[in-house]
Amino acid sequence: MMSMKGWLTRLSTGVGLALTTIAAQAYTETSGGYNMPVGVTEVSREVHGLHMAVFWVCVVIGIIVFGLMTYSIIKHRRSNNPKPADFHESTTVEIIWTVIPFVVLISLAVPAAGTLIKMEDTRNADMSIKVTGYQWKWHYDYLGEDVGFFSTLAEDSNQARQLGSGVDVTQVPNYLVEVDNPLVIPVGKKVRFLVTSNDVIHAWWVPEFAVKKDAIPGYVNEIWTKVEQPGVYRGVCAELCGRDHGFMPIVVKAVPEAEFTAWLEAKKNGTEVAAAETVVTDAAVDAAPTEVAAPAEAAVEVAAAEAEAAPAEMSKDELVAKGEGVFKANCAACHQANGQGLPPSFPSLVGSAVVGGPAAAQIAQVLNGKNLMPPFKQLSDTDIAAVITYTRNSWGNDSGVVQPDAVAAAR
Amino acid sequence: MAHAHDAHAHHDDHHHGPDKGIMRWIKTTNHKDLGTLYLFFAFTMFFIGGLMSLVIRAELFHPGLQFVQPEFFNQMTTMHALVMIFGGVMPGFVGLANWMVPMMIGCSDLALPRVNNWGFWILPFAFAMLIGTLFMDGGAPAGGWTMYPPLVLQTGNAFPFLIFAVHLMGISSITGAINVVVTILNMRAPGMTLLKMPLFVWTWLITAYLLIAVMPVLAGAVTMLLTDKYFGTSFFTAAGGGDPVMFQHIFWFFGHPEVYIMILPAFGIVSTIIPTFARKSLFGYDSMVYASASIAFLSFIVWAHHMFTVGMPLAGELFFMFATMLIAVPTGVKVFNWVATMWKGSMTFETPMLFSIAFVFLFTIGGFSGLMLAMTPVDFQYHDTYFVVAHFHYVLVPGAVFSIIAAVYYWIPKWTGRMYNEFWGKVHFWLSAVFINLTFFPQHFAGLAGMQRRVPDYAVQFTDFNVISTIGAFGFFVAQFIFIFNMLSSCFGWFGRKQGLPDRVWEGAHGLEWTVASPAPYHTFEDPPQFSDSEGTAIHDEAVAKA
Amino acid sequence: MGSAAAQNSQRYFVPAPSVWPFTLTVGLVALVVGVAGYLENDHIGPVPIWAGAIISIYIIFRWFQGIARESEGGQYSAQVDRTYRWGMSWFIFSEVMFFAAFFGALFYARGLVMPWLSGEGTKVATHLTLWPGFEGTWPSNGPANVGGDFETVPAFDVPLLNTLILLTSGVTITMAHHALKEGKRGLCILWMWATVALGATFLYFQAEEYIHAYHELNLTLESGIYGSTFFMLTGFHGMHVTLGTLMLLVITLRLMAGHFKPDSHFGFEGVAWYWHFVDVVWIGLFIVVYWL
Ligand code: HEA
Ligand code: HEA
Ligand code: HEC
Ligand code: CUA
Ligand SMILES: [Cu+2]
Repeated sequence: MMSMKGWLTRLSTGVGLALTTIAAQAYTETSGGYNMPVGVTEVSREVHGLHMAVFWVCVVIGIIVFGLMTYSIIKHRRSNNPKPADFHESTTVEIIWTVIPFVVLISLAVPAAGTLIKMEDTRNADMSIKVTGYQWKWHYDYLGEDVGFFSTLAEDSNQARQLGSGVDVTQVPNYLVEVDNPLVIPVGKKVRFLVTSNDVIHAWWVPEFAVKKDAIPGYVNEIWTKVEQPGVYRGVCAELCGRDHGFMPIVVKAVPEAEFTAWLEAKKNGTEVAAAETVVTDAAVDAAPTEVAAPAEAAVEVAAAEAEAAPAEMSKDELVAKGEGVFKANCAACHQANGQGLPPSFPSLVGSAVVGGPAAAQIAQVLNGKNLMPPFKQLSDTDIAAVITYTRNSWGNDSGVVQPDAVAAAR
Repeated sequence: MAHAHDAHAHHDDHHHGPDKGIMRWIKTTNHKDLGTLYLFFAFTMFFIGGLMSLVIRAELFHPGLQFVQPEFFNQMTTMHALVMIFGGVMPGFVGLANWMVPMMIGCSDLALPRVNNWGFWILPFAFAMLIGTLFMDGGAPAGGWTMYPPLVLQTGNAFPFLIFAVHLMGISSITGAINVVVTILNMRAPGMTLLKMPLFVWTWLITAYLLIAVMPVLAGAVTMLLTDKYFGTSFFTAAGGGDPVMFQHIFWFFGHPEVYIMILPAFGIVSTIIPTFARKSLFGYDSMVYASASIAFLSFIVWAHHMFTVGMPLAGELFFMFATMLIAVPTGVKVFNWVATMWKGSMTFETPMLFSIAFVFLFTIGGFSGLMLAMTPVDFQYHDTYFVVAHFHYVLVPGAVFSIIAAVYYWIPKWTGRMYNEFWGKVHFWLSAVFINLTFFPQHFAGLAGMQRRVPDYAVQFTDFNVISTIGAFGFFVAQFIFIFNMLSSCFGWFGRKQGLPDRVWEGAHGLEWTVASPAPYHTFEDPPQFSDSEGTAIHDEAVAKA
Repeated sequence: MGSAAAQNSQRYFVPAPSVWPFTLTVGLVALVVGVAGYLENDHIGPVPIWAGAIISIYIIFRWFQGIARESEGGQYSAQVDRTYRWGMSWFIFSEVMFFAAFFGALFYARGLVMPWLSGEGTKVATHLTLWPGFEGTWPSNGPANVGGDFETVPAFDVPLLNTLILLTSGVTITMAHHALKEGKRGLCILWMWATVALGATFLYFQAEEYIHAYHELNLTLESGIYGSTFFMLTGFHGMHVTLGTLMLLVITLRLMAGHFKPDSHFGFEGVAWYWHFVDVVWIGLFIVVYWL
């Protein structure tokens, strides 16, 4: 009996120590390490607390169960214990090891329920932002403010991530977690997000806020956050949404309220304040409040479809020139810049029957998508006309011009 | 009882030897033949699914795209899962049931032998169809094995082939399951009451029940996908009054019991092997049975824990959290029982035992992470990250797959009459155990640190975890070749392996299967055996004593 | 129980190797591959569909014929009889679960989707932002009025008639069963024909109803969620009635060929169970699809 105890203690201390060290290390690390980030909201801290609590419960149970097993494996091997005992069936024991886990579970479930209830309470928000998922970008709408824009993967990441790009991605700043237009929100305010989607299901996730919600076409989900520290917070789309699911990151810039108001005003007037230009830091916590710099080069792209009224006639050259840009931005991901596509998944547009055929069919396909090809309704009539004209007059194709009003008629 | 067969009108079917050549396998109604076919099929699928996982792991070795286009990557993820689950684990378990259930309960064959043949032969065709989609316009399905609309509706020509392949697999599973249930309920040797059945039989009974209950639901769900795409129905579009999330509910109503379909037979295997090598009967037979039944019951009311982030009403989220956490209780009963069975036993560590012990350790780790996932608010952080990937690979690979491997080591001497090579078995075990942890343990960290699943590329801070994981995956895959050769050598007598094992290959083993010759003759128990008390006592003392 | 041989035998019945299952698989696979090809751009052509269907039907026929022969040949013990009973019960259970998926979809759509899209409960924003003005009342084809306005089939009209027909057929088949057990074969056959006729009448009315729905009510498979659930549920049910009627027909013909004995006729009973199952599903349909 003595030796059994000795073994047990030694073993469980050993295993326990090892696990404790790992766990303790995990605990101190934050984002970018190997544990869940503590985050920058009250909710995210609670969630992290629950995570650590259930983790420790598992560690303790693990030490007990694995400790006993290891002990038994060592002590009760045949060379050491040639005669097996013959005991079995004990209702008492069975009841004990049913009830104890049950109690442990209750003690975990109760606080979890509390946090959950808090997370689901989206009432009394200070402002609302509509978040719409597209294949593969996000659109943000500041409700009641007439400000809205797309947010897509930053261009340098986008180039580096192409197969065979030859770029060393470790040299790209914030590879895959940088966008052209980050979402800007004020700190200290309860911001409500209305999450929905334009095509397939996406999920909007920012780990530092402990916020993740699916964006479901035809439905709107509500979530909220109240960020305490200014900084840049990065997230990703967390629901498989097709080819470029891995390439639609989220960047949220939390700024002091005054700065936010200024940014919003500028945005409305079509000028840009540097707040929108993401500060290139990874850690959220130490990001200093941003200094205001000169306006960025690019003017804001308000969702084109909403803003623009279709102009009447455009020349073929105009359309082709404009279309090239639209194609590079929207279509080249699949059909490639040279139009060759990536058969068999993505057909070549060179000599394609659809491109060479009646315009109406192509307009319909671009507007509504087909199978793997997403719909492009969100583009303006002009853009669609331009891109179609471009495909019809490039790479040796020659099948005429499509005007914006034809697209408008087809909507 | 045995005297009766004199009066019986003999028809030569009974002593019909197998046909020769390929026709033997095509026409066979023999449970052992079909078991062998199932196992070889599963083996092939594990290999194909394993190759696909290597494509995944190779691409993820470093950030940036090196080998495949994102679209192809998604196809690999989707196909890997479908092939492993429906082609590997499930047929693997059905193969074991085919071989062992009749021999364990003392009957000559499954209840419906021709249906059994049908259920098997559907599978190679269904998978040829499914894997063939890789070569179609638009490529294979790439919407994840969960097939969520609207994404899955973007699949190209492969789409109807996916749906019909799932239908065919469903037919196969349902017929197989009906067969097992009927066999167990109707064909037990005289004297074998339900509570004297070996645990593997019990867990399979419950598994088969789950299969019959949920495979039709999956069939319904994919049928709705089909009509939504081709016949203008609106099940999953809001504009017509449907809901994409409705698919997820129906799918997971199938999907969650499905994961227990993949683990309950494993519980049965481990509950058979541990007592054998501990030379001590199972600590709590009844509680093992009740725990399995509770798990099966609970599995029907927890499905939405896969969908915590879809925006369910609060009450739903709370209910599914509580119900899910409850499953830890009966599963805990099982784990504790295994430990108590080992306690004060007289253990030896042959390869099947090693794999079983690793099962208990590593499955429990997977169960712990499952429990963490069950906590709704925290799952918001875990969901769709590599933490989930780590969770389910722990329960599936060192869980379900290890149990299949253990079972094959344990029974192959009975099947072939030739012992496997113990040395290489142990080498295989240690390599597998080390590499599998190398593969999947770092994925917990990657997930917690923020790496989402189903992506071909990732931010650079996750590189280290992925490097280790990829090395582990390749190591694990290569290690399986040891297993393959070891098993084939027993099958075909390579390396001069001789037959001539005793009936009871393992001294501590109990059950009717150990009362027939090794290798088991083509037909066993054409006349029902008397279920001897001593075999029964070893499996379940009390029940026999009471009876 | 059973014939003398069957009764005495404690031996298990083990059928000989058989090519039926494999051939059936080939037929089925050809069929689904053909249909799949048809759905996607028709690039395979109709041959596999027809070939597959013919092979499958032929094999199913042969297979059941074989079973009938084995059974009539006295090869089945009481145990085999129980096997078929259990097998049939579990098969019907799997069918129930298949229907459950579609009933589930109906309840979900009616009970959850409609309120959500109309802004009740937790989904206020959905209503306000995406579907303003939509008031989801059942029947519904969704906020986008998919498929255009439609009318529903009134419950207390043809559907009620069909309910009565099926319920009656449940009675007639029971009468047939009693007659068989009492050894009144002629009477049994008569009741069976009545049952078959009722099944066929049901199908006739259902076809009429579909034509009416498509042409006059503008109620189609494409009428949003109502059309989807309505046609999928009643359609799958109709397919089962068709199958059931065919099976009844086969049993009737077998009775006329002198098959089955007063004390051993599981073929008959299995089909009767199936018919009752179809019946019960219909009552469910009548209540939740047509009536409520
Ligand atoms: C064999 C398969 C298998 C098994 C057995 C399990 C077992 C469990 N699973 Fe897992 N699971 C999967 C396969 C499996 N799972 C798969 C494939 C997915 C992902 C699907 C996809 O999205 O593609 C998944 C995903 C998944 C999720 C969704 C995650 C997400 O997507 O966000 C959740 C959430 O609750 C979950 C929970 C659980 C729980 C609570 C158990 C429990 O049964 C575990 C119970 C066991 C223990 C707890 C350990 C032993 C117990 C003790 C020692 C007793 C004492 C313990 C305590 C009191 C803590 N699983
Ligand atoms: C049973 C199921 C199963 C099994 C065995 C495996 C095995 C493996 N899986 Fe898989 N995996 C899934 C089920 C499974 N997986 C599922 C459901 C998903 C989710 C898909 C989705 O997101 O849609 C997934 C996804 C998935 C991902 C995430 C992809 C992504 O999110 O993009 C990764 C990445 O590393 C991965 C890796 C691996 C590896 C390296 C193995 C290795 O272990 C493979 C090596 C295995 C073998 C070589 C087989 C060995 C077996 C034997 C030798 C037994 C012999 C058999 C008999 C005798 C009959 N898997
Ligand atoms: C997600 C990848 C993707 C993007 C982005 C994309 N397409 Fe496509 N495209 C496809 C796929 C896949 C098909 C084949 C669809 C099918 O037939 O199944 C296709 C087909 C086409 C066709 C018909 C070709 C043929 O011969 O069948 C045209 C024309 C076309 N796309 C134009 C465009 C234009 C214009 C854009 C940009 C506005 C665009 N595509 C963006 C994936 C894409
Ligand atoms: Cu959008 Cu994933
Ligand atoms: Cu689950």
